[in-house]
Amino acid sequence: MTPADLLAGAVLAALVCYALSGGADFGGGIWDLLASGPRKREQRDLVEHAIGPIWEANHVWLILVVVVLFTGFPPAFAAVSTTLFVPLTLLLVGIVLRGAAFTFRSHGDSRDAVQARWGLLFSGSSVLAPLLLGACVGAIASGRLRVTAEGMPRSSPGAWLGPFPVAAGAFACALFAFLAAVYLAVEARGALQEDFRRRALGAGAAVFLGAAACALLSWREAPIVFAGLTSRGWSLPLQVATGAAAAGAFAALFRRRYGLARLAAAAQVGLIVLGWGASQHPYLVVPDLTIEAASAPRATQVPLLWALGIGAATLIPSLWLLFRVFKGRTAGSPGGT
Amino acid sequence: MTDLDAARWLFGTSLAFHILFAAVGVAMPVLMVLAEWRGRRARSAVHLELARRWAKGTAILFAVGAVSGTVIAFELGLLWPRFMAFAGPIIGMPFSLEGFAFFAEAIFLGIYLYGWERVSPRLHLASGVLVAASGALSAFFVTLANAWMAHPAGFDLVLGRPASLRPLEAMFPPGWAHEVVHVLLSCYAATGFAVAGIHAFFLRRAPGHAFHRAALGIALAVGGGAALLQPLSGDFSARELARTQPVKLAALEGHFETRRGAPLHVGGLPDADARVTRWALEIPRGLSLLAFHDPDAEVKGLSEFPREVWPDPLKVHLAFQVMVGLGTAMAALALVALGLAWRARAVPGHPLFLLAVTAAGPCGFVALEAGWLVTEWGRQPFTIWGVMRTAEAVTPVPNLAVAFWAFAALYLFLGAMVALLLWRQILRAPPAPGSPESPRGAAP
Ligand code: HDD
Ligand code: HEM
Ligand code: HEM
Repeated sequence: MTPADLLAGAVLAALVCYALSGGADFGGGIWDLLASGPRKREQRDLVEHAIGPIWEANHVWLILVVVVLFTGFPPAFAAVSTTLFVPLTLLLVGIVLRGAAFTFRSHGDSRDAVQARWGLLFSGSSVLAPLLLGACVGAIASGRLRVTAEGMPRSSPGAWLGPFPVAAGAFACALFAFLAAVYLAVEARGALQEDFRRRALGAGAAVFLGAAACALLSWREAPIVFAGLTSRGWSLPLQVATGAAAAGAFAALFRRRYGLARLAAAAQVGLIVLGWGASQHPYLVVPDLTIEAASAPRATQVPLLWALGIGAATLIPSLWLLFRVFKGRTAGSPGGT
Repeated sequence: MTDLDAARWLFGTSLAFHILFAAVGVAMPVLMVLAEWRGRRARSAVHLELARRWAKGTAILFAVGAVSGTVIAFELGLLWPRFMAFAGPIIGMPFSLEGFAFFAEAIFLGIYLYGWERVSPRLHLASGVLVAASGALSAFFVTLANAWMAHPAGFDLVLGRPASLRPLEAMFPPGWAHEVVHVLLSCYAATGFAVAGIHAFFLRRAPGHAFHRAALGIALAVGGGAALLQPLSGDFSARELARTQPVKLAALEGHFETRRGAPLHVGGLPDADARVTRWALEIPRGLSLLAFHDPDAEVKGLSEFPREVWPDPLKVHLAFQVMVGLGTAMAALALVALGLAWRARAVPGHPLFLLAVTAAGPCGFVALEAGWLVTEWGRQPFTIWGVMRTAEAVTPVPNLAVAFWAFAALYLFLGAMVALLLWRQILRAPPAPGSPESPRGAAP
């Protein structure tokens, strides 16, 4: 294990955390957009109630990924920033509109028409953002982005767009919607809980289809990832574990064991992100930048690891407190009947 | 608009926008905590209500601060990838630590804003203190990175590339202390004055209103205290600049010829081609006195340096005059407030005083923006002084003007919405408990 490997592992771990927390926030926004039926209003209220206190903290994982990337792997950051200029800029617009609209809706004018307008902006950008995020990941994995050793682009600004990135974007939306529905089912009560149980089952089916589509497409469109997913020593165990988590989540949902379903769904999503990272190892940006080639000097990486360690020591207890206060057993929720 | 110009405009606009919310995010938690603390200690319902109201406004401002900060984190790469590829490994340390400060800030703000009924009063107040501390810490770290750009340290330059990196040395480059102190004070001064201005405005309409008086007291204490220290800290900054960044000092003073006993230019327009500053009020030996605390000291002028490393002295000097002018006025008003409060042993309520505080409301933020322009324009034409020019840092991606206009429109929209929401929230404030009369009821 070199410091570079450890740092790359930290980036991946932060991405897993982002998917599990920030991803679910996006998913909540998707369910806000798709709210329907007699309990439309309650569904939206539950989403708002669930996200309110935590979305800003959840979002910082993404910032952490950015800073660790530019400190520890500067050419990779340059490569991603230049070749993905268009989707990242759109992603930013989405992130800004989403956060702002969510807050304006919660704290602003309570008239229905105004609320509905902010709600639409919030939920619309909640679809846009994971779509673009997924597309960026897809583009990085596919090998469409060609760069120099310094991370300056050799491909055209439109190179990121293709079938595999689009499929990855759609898959990310399905995955986050699934995760959010499971989390929300835990927090809801009564009929509302049934609403989200049904949504979780539906979204779970969409995740399955999305995964199949991505796997098929990767055969031609992202050969390195395809090889990683199918023909390495750990490929089979990882696939089996992911499949088992997915099956477990489904079974728990069927039997209305929501706490268990949350655990299994989180494991499933975490394993999928890990699987992506592991399958493109040792590349950071396929096929031109490996972890080793993109590494900052050791003199930077070692102190950075220390900083991450010290940071984590302050972060973990704080996060634990936050989630205990708002998501703990006694927290309760007014979202139920 | 060339791509370089578009990148500058976009980045400058994004930061000028973000810094407003960031400054509020640093200072507002201090105000909230003070109000809540008084409320709990003195069992003052008015102060508790005040803490809640302030928290509501802060929630909106903080959210916009968080999303606009995210934009900047990405824009560092989107607009200046070569700068980041060069500087990332050297100054990534403060940015990474800043990331954890953001975490702490966001986590405890969540507990503070949404936890009134969920956590014990102690934990609630402690969360507020942690938000205030981590806000100051995040400003501290990011300012270190900015100080490094003006005076790079902690690496050797070998064939145009950084070598033998010393990240810990880079974290505290020469000149970090003055900048950090001045930036932190500016957040408290600007926010304190803005909040004081708003409540003074309402006090003029409803004299004696307990809610607004409590608010004015706290805001003036924080803002006025910082404003009194600001000129001292600014003087420290100027002396440090004389030592570490003489070109910037010369530009911001409109000082062209190196000389002993250099005069201070108040106002005036520097003319870079003619190398003179016209129409300024000259205070003999003033600059030597301020920059070195010695009326006969030699101060280097711009002519000492090749023209290619000059920033535009006109822009930098004007921005500097705005900051110093407003800073002086704010400090003077803070002194008056201190005197009045001392005599009355209470929050002063004289209508003329309230008028002055209302008028001074925006001054802190104007001074803060102007001061940042001094620093950023004063570093040009370099991004990393003496090492990398701005033109070398910019991205090769074309059509940046499109992104600039899109974000400009976005910021304008967000700014307008925030102003509208806050205004509504303030107007809708029902009569505070214990107030003699209610403020205006409904929104217009
Ligand atoms: C409330 C805002 C505010 C006020 C009242 C003042 N300043 Fe300031 N000033 C800033 C807010 C600011 C800042 C936060 O915008 C800057 C930009 C970067 C920095 O270090 O602080 C700044 C920079 C800055 C610099 C350049 C430092 C550098 O580039 O490293 C100098 C020399 C001064 N200031 C001096 C003063 C003086 C002599 C003041 C006297 C009244 C003053 N400032 C009031
Ligand atoms: C290159 C410059 C900057 C970058 C990359 C940056 C980045 C960010 C990011 C990513 C956030 C969001 C954190 C969250 O989600 O909670 C943020 C918020 C914040 N930033 Fe900045 N920022 C910059 C400049 C500044 C400056 C100059 C200051 C202060 C002097 C500052 C102080 C803050 C504070 C206090 C917050 C907390 C959120 C708030 O209060 O609104 N930042 N910044
Ligand atoms: C600590 C925080 C900050 C950092 C790390 C930072 C960093 C940078 C960088 C990398 C550039 C681009 C390269 C260059 O033009 O030199 C830049 C330019 C600029 N920044 Fe900052 N900045 C900070 C704070 C601010 C603030 C608060 C403002 C608000 C007014 C600001 C205004 C500008 C402007 C106007 C430019 C364009 C300068 C020009 O090209 O003429 N910056 N800054």
